[in-house]
Amino acid sequence: MLLQRIIFATLLAVVGVHLGSADVRAADPPHSSALPQSRVAATPVPVLPKGKGDKCVAPTDWMRRNHMNVLGHQRDATVHEGDRSGQFSLKGCVACHAVQGANGRAVTVADPKHFCRSCHDYAAVSVDCFECHNSRPPEPAKAADLPGSRADVAALARYIKGLTP
Amino acid sequence: MSGCCNGGKKENSKCCGGDPSPVLDANTPIDTARRWFLKSAAAFTTLTLAPGVTLMAFAGASPADAKAGRGPVTSAQRWGLLIDVAKCAEDCSACVSACAKEHGVAATGHPRTDAQWIRKVTVKGEKGGAPRSLPVMCQHCASPPCVDVCPTGASFKRADGIVLVDKHICIGCRYCVMACPYGARSFVHEPLTDQVEHAPRGKGTVESCTLCVHRVDTGRQPACVEACAATGRGAMIFGDLNDPSSEISKRIAQFPTRQIRADLGLDLGVRYQNL
Repeated sequence: MLLQRIIFATLLAVVGVHLGSADVRAADPPHSSALPQSRVAATPVPVLPKGKGDKCVAPTDWMRRNHMNVLGHQRDATVHEGDRSGQFSLKGCVACHAVQGANGRAVTVADPKHFCRSCHDYAAVSVDCFECHNSRPPEPAKAADLPGSRADVAALARYIKGLTP
Repeated sequence: MSGCCNGGKKENSKCCGGDPSPVLDANTPIDTARRWFLKSAAAFTTLTLAPGVTLMAFAGASPADAKAGRGPVTSAQRWGLLIDVAKCAEDCSACVSACAKEHGVAATGHPRTDAQWIRKVTVKGEKGGAPRSLPVMCQHCASPPCVDVCPTGASFKRADGIVLVDKHICIGCRYCVMACPYGARSFVHEPLTDQVEHAPRGKGTVESCTLCVHRVDTGRQPACVEACAATGRGAMIFGDLNDPSSEISKRIAQFPTRQIRADLGLDLGVRYQNL
């Protein structure tokens, strides 16, 4: 891991020197916005969409480095032991970090804007989760499919009609 | 969703605001004295109890916890199905379509290789007699041959008797497909997209009936059982074979039931009545 990072940083430094800049901070995505414009254009910096809610289930820095480990651990506990109480879940990631597409539905991992893909493309790490798991949250159930919803809607309509003069 | 990233559990309304488990934080100094005390206390407790007692005391989740999917499942339960063949109509396939809908199993245009988690078969005695129609799915054996032959440990039996494939470690060798006496396993040949959230499926892995494990873990009935009940026939019952007071155990105690290929001695979780 450390060796990989050193090689990566060295590579970037070499590229940086080649471009006439010795700034190697590009190895760290959070600071990439501070890079000179020429460098930003040269590197496909991930655009990380903001997730829902105030905070992630763990601090962002920690998640950045450890999400794969906790997802793997949670996966074994869920599949083999049936323990579905864990703090971490791929479903949770997909639900909170959904990115709306042009058609109003969340984009799949086939779209470069997908939350997981934006970073994984940058890091050149292939992500296999979505060969089996769905990469977007399920479509919200239509109101007509929900039990009792029609009665509720009818009651609401009666109430509103009663209010209007 | 309560605006919280872990699925919005009610008992932990500040889940996102709270720190993650201290174990996870590499910067937290370890209180060595406390750690030593905990270690020795645990060792003391383990030594003073008989092994069986230790297992009973720590391995058992309360039924409420088990129902909510909290904590690991235990062998206190053994989930099973009882299918009353006399009530199963030949022209009805409500269980098959409910299963397909529940798990997003759709036709790919290649019927010979399409996945079949559950299918209706019609059987007849060797010397004639009225044909019987019955659903056949993974029989959730107590000693499953698919688990015996799996080279990676992907095919496994959960503590509560549900036989599953861990697709994360399945290499698609299909030994289990060959080993299963019931032809219950299918291989996914085509790339899939837009899978159902609770039923991840992918090309190159083997799959079969999960006894709707995602429903069972939250205290619900399998989709086939619900669909069968909805038709008014009620030919299928789901329940705990280990609990003598459960409906399924009472029925098995009261009426003669059969296991398919009982001669193999696999102790099946799926039983048939009037077959």
